[in-house]
Amino acid sequence: MTDFTPNEMMTIAASRELSNDDVCFVGIGAPSAACNVARLTHAPDITLIYESGTVGTKPDVLPLSIGDGELCDTALFTVSVPEMFRYWLQGGRITTGFLGGAQIDKFANLNTTVVGPYDHPKVRLPGGGGAPEIASNCGRIFITMALSKRGFVEKLPFITSMGHGEGGDHRERLGMKTKGPTRIITDLCILEPDPVTKELTVVSIHHGVTRDQIVDNCGWPIKFAGEVIETPVPTEIELATLRDINARTKKAHQGNKEAA
Amino acid sequence: MAKIVSLAEAIGDNVRDGDTVAMEGFTHLIPYAAGHEVIRQGRKDLFLVRMTPDILYDQLIGVGAARGMKFSWGGNPGVGSLHRFRDAVENQWPRPLEIEEHSHAAMANAYEAGAANLPFAMLRGYIGADLPKVNASIKQITCPFTSEVLAAVPAIRPDVTIIHAQRADRKGNVLIEGIVGVQKEAVLAAKRSIITVEEIVDELAPPSPNSVVLPTWAVTAVSQVPGGAFPSYAHGYYPRSNAFYIGWDEIARDRESFTAWIKENVLDAGPEDFARHAGRKPAKAA
Repeated sequence: MTDFTPNEMMTIAASRELSNDDVCFVGIGAPSAACNVARLTHAPDITLIYESGTVGTKPDVLPLSIGDGELCDTALFTVSVPEMFRYWLQGGRITTGFLGGAQIDKFANLNTTVVGPYDHPKVRLPGGGGAPEIASNCGRIFITMALSKRGFVEKLPFITSMGHGEGGDHRERLGMKTKGPTRIITDLCILEPDPVTKELTVVSIHHGVTRDQIVDNCGWPIKFAGEVIETPVPTEIELATLRDINARTKKAHQGNKEAA
Repeated sequence: MAKIVSLAEAIGDNVRDGDTVAMEGFTHLIPYAAGHEVIRQGRKDLFLVRMTPDILYDQLIGVGAARGMKFSWGGNPGVGSLHRFRDAVENQWPRPLEIEEHSHAAMANAYEAGAANLPFAMLRGYIGADLPKVNASIKQITCPFTSEVLAAVPAIRPDVTIIHAQRADRKGNVLIEGIVGVQKEAVLAAKRSIITVEEIVDELAPPSPNSVVLPTWAVTAVSQVPGGAFPSYAHGYYPRSNAFYIGWDEIARDRESFTAWIKENVLDAGPEDFARHAGRKPAKAA
């Protein structure tokens, strides 16, 4: 078997969640890598959408920002940002949203706004951007984040985007008709919300990872499903595809550091 | 009709202390040269508006030009934090910054409402999110037909909007291509507008009949500043300098290195210094 890092396993496991039929709203970072690995392996006809307005984009290198020229150059078409959020996202045309975040709780609510009180934050994070409405308007949400006590916390200081709220039927009570987060892909395991309580539960453990490692890296007493499988290890094609795109990306984003 | 003037004149005539100023550009076509001219002319107490404040607003905040900011995502895309923005929010340096925070969907809708001369925008937004708890300008409205409860936010009506575009003709009609962001809406929502362009040409020569054009009678001032979007980019002219965005993290982390950078590259420089980033002229331009 080929060697792979936990991060590579996470990205590849996340890419497998996507299919050719998905119309996917892509977040920057790990989601972008996963979505493009899916496109370059098992889902060549997937539609990738970035919030800058590019629809059906096929970047050769991963964008550093959601609006790199590469995205527009390779897109089927590009729309204005108001149109993107009004017609395509709020209009219900997007099957899957792929998000990351700084913090997540056991009901898959995400925080990318502040750590500490809002008015006197310990850490001021970038904020929600598109996430609040991506989380409620896409058919379903996948989340990819490394498992750590800092990131997987018992209580969020701020809910930037709602996952399953307080659990149970909270989304339905608020009038939401979309599924919300259905899979959380980490570097150690994959989580799914319990069908009734919506609490995140481990359903698949990556090769070589122990239950203790998962428990030790989560900020709440994490639950395991009755039947837990082992995540299939990356294939050579998946790994080669990911490493190729990462290498192309790294090369493209270096260059001279000339100042304005 | 738009006046075609120098950048110094455009900023001097149209940006006043205390103004609400939107400098838009969704990653693409960010008006860096114009923002630097605002810093050089020493404008203060500005209320900045922008969906994705990145390095340019980090610079305006770091020099103390802003009293507040309305935004939806404030970071260095793909790199991390805006350190000058964080220093202002976390430590009130160089001065406190009042913030009004929204989501992208709300800001985009609010610009459209401004352009459409409506008092507010509504959207199916912020459901289950905490922002409405800390932002009093996010309210709820009930649909008079279905009784669905929706989010409402005030229209954005800047005193002045500043954007960068590919080119203008000699009458001041302006063409924008590529990722067009929210620029058209931001210009039409504003009382006054300044557009810097890569070049001024005899014929606009739109690449297709449906190109985004802002007609001269909807624009206040146009200035030719080749390279004026660097280190962001102008589609068809020059690429985004991702290396600059990565390098900015280190410059902005420290107050002294930031201040030294501003002195050398903004205060002691001019819009002509952007020309070396201008790149090639597109084949289609006249």
